[in-house]
Amino acid sequence: MDRLVITPVPPVRPWQPATVVGVRQETPNAKTFQLRLDGPHDFVAGQHFILRLTADDGYHAQRAYSAASPPGQEPLEVTVERMPDGEVSTFLHDAVDVGDTVDIRGPIGGHFAWDASTPILGVAGGSGIAPLMSMLRAARAAGRSEYMTLVVSARSPQELYYADELNGRGIRLVYTRKAPEGNARGVGRLTADDLAPVVAVGQPAFVCGSPAFCDAVTMLLDSLGVPAHDIRVERFGPSG
Amino acid sequence: MAITRGFTRRDRSDPRLPPGQYNTGDAWPVLSYEPTPRLDTATWTFSIDGLVDRPQTWSWADLHRMPPSTYEGAIHCVTTWSKFDMTWNGVSVNALLDLAGPRPDAAFVMARSHTGYTTNLPLADVTGGKAWVAWTVDGKSLPVEHGGPARLLVPHLYFWKSAKWVSGLTLMDHDEPGLWERSGYHDRGDPWLEQRYQGD
Repeated sequence: MDRLVITPVPPVRPWQPATVVGVRQETPNAKTFQLRLDGPHDFVAGQHFILRLTADDGYHAQRAYSAASPPGQEPLEVTVERMPDGEVSTFLHDAVDVGDTVDIRGPIGGHFAWDASTPILGVAGGSGIAPLMSMLRAARAAGRSEYMTLVVSARSPQELYYADELNGRGIRLVYTRKAPEGNARGVGRLTADDLAPVVAVGQPAFVCGSPAFCDAVTMLLDSLGVPAHDIRVERFGPSG
Repeated sequence: MAITRGFTRRDRSDPRLPPGQYNTGDAWPVLSYEPTPRLDTATWTFSIDGLVDRPQTWSWADLHRMPPSTYEGAIHCVTTWSKFDMTWNGVSVNALLDLAGPRPDAAFVMARSHTGYTTNLPLADVTGGKAWVAWTVDGKSLPVEHGGPARLLVPHLYFWKSAKWVSGLTLMDHDEPGLWERSGYHDRGDPWLEQRYQGD
């Protein structure tokens, strides 16, 4: 089986300092950090970077975060969900502000990368929208917004990342716990009925979210006839 | 390296933790990039080919007739969690290689999975009793999301080297990057040297 096609990606660059030039509260539990890097940091939408915090005694901790901004846009943006007891995410949320410095390396990852050259379906759960947002923004920037169909599952409107940009053709929002007033679909987990209208034969599906979300969506896609080799999965774990 | 204002050392009194890792406790996060496959042990196989004198293919039943072998200890994921006090059962890769007979020029292996996943390792990292094909963990069948029915187990290296849903090993005289290695992950992946990415 040689079906796991890798999109050509730039080389992994060495560690470089990044200055925080903006912080935005994305949802009550997530912040987007804008990072200015002086060295090269080109990437393909969907790839991630490693963010490292270093103490003055050399102790360090690092975590992987998907780029949420599209390739070529400055500053680079990553969205960080605050994980309970997460060493890196709690520090970023509680202590890091404009002017602070972190180390960045990347880009990393090739299986979950898309160069906006062919139509795809994206299915995002919760914080798993970040790499798919980079893809959506890249498609829009390239004038190819019709190449990306995106289904987003969020617990509630308050917990939906990038809400201002998630509208227009090809975007479907699914709420699992609380929906906006007058929402015709109501609340509930993603079902085959939500995906059936957007699945297209031969079109790759990029799925990102928690492991449970990814497995559930994979099974739904399978039930709709999408072959395994057309499904790319990025599982966001509790990595802190 | 840039020092981040206000960031300080977390208490890391556990000497079992390699640098940059944390203890995930009872949790066992899942990390894999492909859809979880459903494999049938009735048709499942494991094979060794490449630079060997006697290429071999084993069925599920064949492997269960091999001498059992156990690993007790930790696993370390590149995404920075470590998990301790695990018990894995399966068969030693050593015993399988003995039957296949590696040729003298074999120096590296490419581990393959039934999903198409690949990962490369030095041959020396899967010999000497350091690697297993494992199918039970902590007394239970290996769950499919963790690579069941059987996965490669190379616990002294970062866990992406322990290919889930393993289908075999190909012995080679040269190193060649596997799937994640082509995307920037390290060719060897020693957690104690923090070899996470190419260049580490």
